[in-house]
Amino acid sequence: MKEDQGPYRRLSYFQLMEVTLRELLVEKGVLTPGQVDSEVQAMRKRTPERGARVVARAWIDPAFKQKLLENGSKACESMGIEVPGLHLVAVENTPSVHNVIVCTLCSCYPRMLLGIPPDWYKSLNYRSRMVREPRAVLAEFGLTVAQETQIRVHDSSADMRYIVLPMRPAGTEGWSEERLAALVDRDSMIGVAVPKGPQD
Amino acid sequence: MPEPRFKPGERVKVLKAFPPGHIRTPYYVRGHVGEIERICGAFPNPEELAQMRSGLPAQPLYRVRFRQNEVWPDYRGNPADVLEVEIFQHWLEKA
Repeated sequence: MKEDQGPYRRLSYFQLMEVTLRELLVEKGVLTPGQVDSEVQAMRKRTPERGARVVARAWIDPAFKQKLLENGSKACESMGIEVPGLHLVAVENTPSVHNVIVCTLCSCYPRMLLGIPPDWYKSLNYRSRMVREPRAVLAEFGLTVAQETQIRVHDSSADMRYIVLPMRPAGTEGWSEERLAALVDRDSMIGVAVPKGPQD
Repeated sequence: MPEPRFKPGERVKVLKAFPPGHIRTPYYVRGHVGEIERICGAFPNPEELAQMRSGLPAQPLYRVRFRQNEVWPDYRGNPADVLEVEIFQHWLEKA
């Protein structure tokens, strides 16, 4: 058997570093294996459905939407979604403005609302091109933004985290919060897609 | 928080400096002129934090809005397209 296959496959540099650091922290009594496990479990539980609930609430409740745009972290906490230690900024799409999020320096991402970021979000290609030629990159995602629409690219490089509040699709009048939330996917909250309604 | 030196709407220029170390100011906006979009609050200076220092006093952090065609002279797209980047106060001067 080749050494890069099967149970004896070689660990990548980062896998090896992770195992080494984790074992050292446990050995030195800084963390227990239980704490590491529960953090991994908590991370897995964070999925884009959380962000979708926030968006759907903003669509049906104007007072909540205002709160979300003023102070994203507080608004989420009022729904029982904790965003510990981070400042969440919600940016609103309108008929004349389309927002999209990138982190050119690393891969800052609103994990507490969207979970683990997709690999492309961390790729050099996305990070370097989204600030330079957003319309071309969005077109590659299948999203054509009208020339007269202003694109705002948010480079999430310091202490804030961003989420896009997409526009509510037409034909969803009277829908429940749950039904609306099902329309909102991860990509529409990053800004590389828009939610599709019954008429799309 | 220390008194912010800039107000929303004010035009600012990002320092064109290239110090070593952990810098949060992206290269592509250094030397460019933008407008304060909002004051985000004050945060420990990440350049100091990276050196295992406290980063205190906390530094005002701004969101600065740049016109795409000011940052990239060959930018094709709506001339109204913008980029918004968080910049710490010590990287900004009055434009």
